[in-house]
Amino acid sequence: MHELSVVESMMAVVLKHAERNRASKVSRVNLVLGEMSTVMEDPVRFYFELISRDTIAEGAELAFRRTQLIARCPDCGKEFKVEEYDFTCPECGGTDTEIVSGREFQVESIEIN
Amino acid sequence: MEIEVLEGIFDANEIIARENRALLDRLGVFMVNVMSSPGAGKTSMILRTLEDLEDEFSCAVIEGDIAGKVDSERIAERGVQAIQINTGGSCHLEAKQVNTALGRLDLEGADLVVVENVGNLVCPAEFRLGEDLKVMILSVAEGHDKPLKYPLMFSECHVLIVNKIDLIPYTDFDLELFKETVRKMNPSVEIFEVSCRTGEGIQDWTGRLKERVTGRGIDT
Repeated sequence: MHELSVVESMMAVVLKHAERNRASKVSRVNLVLGEMSTVMEDPVRFYFELISRDTIAEGAELAFRRTQLIARCPDCGKEFKVEEYDFTCPECGGTDTEIVSGREFQVESIEIN
Repeated sequence: MEIEVLEGIFDANEIIARENRALLDRLGVFMVNVMSSPGAGKTSMILRTLEDLEDEFSCAVIEGDIAGKVDSERIAERGVQAIQINTGGSCHLEAKQVNTALGRLDLEGADLVVVENVGNLVCPAEFRLGEDLKVMILSVAEGHDKPLKYPLMFSECHVLIVNKIDLIPYTDFDLELFKETVRKMNPSVEIFEVSCRTGEGIQDWTGRLKERVTGRGIDT
């Protein structure tokens, strides 16, 4: 349950970009949340409502785009969806694979007036 | 109007983690981040590890707990510098708290800082502290099914210590199955099987840590 501090960081990112663009209101925050992230949508919404009160982001809609856990094998170049957290390359059996997506929690964009 | 942001929410923590790392590199100090569930044996393992390392290396400990200073007092009793961070309800340590604690430690001539994270298998995995080595401890009593329940922690750690192996005969813990699952998730992880209570396997771990501390600053 670290969503409170995570939402505080998220608010800092949102407000920084809103102020930079002289926004009077943030109407929507578009987020990317990876399958492997430990962050959960519902507590984020709960804390966002709490923390955004009396700020220009109050009442903003939160939209989550979920990304799948995808890894890439540097040996054979295969990109594959990771099932059951087994990172072994299904093509060549390589184990030195790298995560391409699924680990992120990012503010992709904000919609402002 | 839509404004593109593309900023990671953990970026602010990552920046401070990198500052911590740069500070420690300048001072020539190796930092270990120890993570586990409550009761897996973090403090006992740290005490046992210090016992093996303190003759050769100058060590310090940063203790993270929601409340209390029981752990830092246990460490200080050994004559090792210890700083207690109370997170006040927060379930993990962040780079900024470690940055403040590093500032309060006397790191002149220090070789090793051990950070004991808050007991939790979820959140600490998300927050880099600037450590050289992420160590997670799983105790036998927690069961061999934990990797698929807490995938981030098991795939993020560099070292996995299986503690309380003296209890294996009394449980259904399947060590081979456990290791097989973890290696699929994290092929480069180093696994040590130990019992803090009987001392079995401890020197395999502390020997490896000594090598890492001695070789710090050298890319391995």
